Amino acid sequence: MRSTNPEHGKRPQVWALAALVAAAGSIFAAAQAPPSANPAPAPPAPTAPQPAPAPPAPHFVVVLDAAHGGNDPGARLSGQPEKTFTLALSVRLRSLLAARGIQVVTTRESDSTIDVDRRAELANHANAQACISLHASESGSGVHLFASSLAPTPPQRFSAWKTAQAAWVTRSLALAGVVNSALLHAGLSVTLGRTALAAIDSMTCPAVAIEVAPERATSGAVTAGLDDQGYQARVAEALAAALLEWKSEARQP
Amino acid sequence: MIPRYQTILFIVLLAASVAMGVILWHLRERAHQRLLYGQDSAPTQAPEVAPAEQATLLVANDQDNSLLAQDQSLPLPQDPGSRARVILGKLLDLYAAPDATHPVPGGANAIAQVFLLPVPNPSQKTDSPSHAPASAHPPPGERNATNPAASAPGSQARIQEPTGPELAVVNLTGSFVANHPSGLETENLTIQSICATLHANLPRVTQVRFLVDGEPRATLAGHADLTRDYLAADAVPRP
Ligand SMILES: [Zn+2]
Repeated sequence: MRSTNPEHGKRPQVWALAALVAAAGSIFAAAQAPPSANPAPAPPAPTAPQPAPAPPAPHFVVVLDAAHGGNDPGARLSGQPEKTFTLALSVRLRSLLAARGIQVVTTRESDSTIDVDRRAELANHANAQACISLHASESGSGVHLFASSLAPTPPQRFSAWKTAQAAWVTRSLALAGVVNSALLHAGLSVTLGRTALAAIDSMTCPAVAIEVAPERATSGAVTAGLDDQGYQARVAEALAAALLEWKSEARQP
Repeated sequence: MIPRYQTILFIVLLAASVAMGVILWHLRERAHQRLLYGQDSAPTQAPEVAPAEQATLLVANDQDNSLLAQDQSLPLPQDPGSRARVILGKLLDLYAAPDATHPVPGGANAIAQVFLLPVPNPSQKTDSPSHAPASAHPPPGERNATNPAASAPGSQARIQEPTGPELAVVNLTGSFVANHPSGLETENLTIQSICATLHANLPRVTQVRFLVDGEPRATLAGHADLTRDYLAADAVPRP
């Protein structure tokens, strides 16, 4: 009715309304814009900058992801839930790395619930040179070292969130090799493997998952349990040495 | 005053009706349970009439994160889906044994069904997490009427014998998954040994998808991703 009303008195109101609609439209458009910066469901915008694997980052940053936490206790270990073990290991490793001058970003510092996508977001935002997801289990023996089982793909400008790690798998396998040598050098037994783990499959950094299991003799008898402080310290020291080695390798052209 | 015999009769009749009520309730519960777990009454072991054949099981070992081939002589049905279920059942029976190298409780009953479907598009990138259309996971007992060859599970005779690569849909029971030990290595080994065993005995199976009680599930026991399709050949250990 209002738009067809020829009355002069109403004209300014119509213009005011039109201006208001236009302003609201531009605000709405602006509000829609930021999510396109999000790597996950982004529509392919040709000019958007992307943290591609090519340029070497100025700082060497390590992301430590103490897996599980809060509502997700992880595996039941003797004496403590997995979430408690991983947090303790993360804290221990963080101080060892800080003492060696390595910048560390952790996904959690307390017993809080953080979902898998949020962990990967934190890791990807840190633009890290190594991402370590820490786990523990009563199954098997020694340290289980895993890289993503995604097939390697060349770096792409845009990759699917759930398979973002594919472009980094080759680097992740190299990192796993360095960690493996350091663990073996520390006299720990290691099993190497590849697995489908949602947390590392979404990470855009060289990423490995480390699962600490009790140390066992060939008979299967436990020689160092997960609650053994000396064993925890040996694992943390070996991981710190591995990351220092990785840092020195990253420096080389 | 009510005569004594009437009181006694009344008590006897009351007791009888209560007892009948209890028996009826009990029978009802039993029938309900039978209905709920109807699929468990399906034979997990092949009937004895099936001839014994060699099957290769890829048995996981937690100590060194390895798979070791082990030949078993089993009576195997002819239908590929039932065959797959019997073979995987035997594998999980080994894991449920007390001296298992990869201890996981549950045994043969943990495999509710195995469906074999033609791979929708063999050139499709297969390691991406699949969000397959709902028709790709038919609920147990339901059949896709429009494409009988694509959805004939279990013992139903195949109308068209497929020749191309196949996707095996392994439907695990919720109780197996709930009791599976939690850990990167142990969960990964269960998946890898199932994939490798399927591929070793049914070479056309190139991809494996897991369901739990007929539904997609995020992880096996907190770690291994169950939302993606696994490439069966990747799981077979290389010499
Ligand atoms: Zn864990």
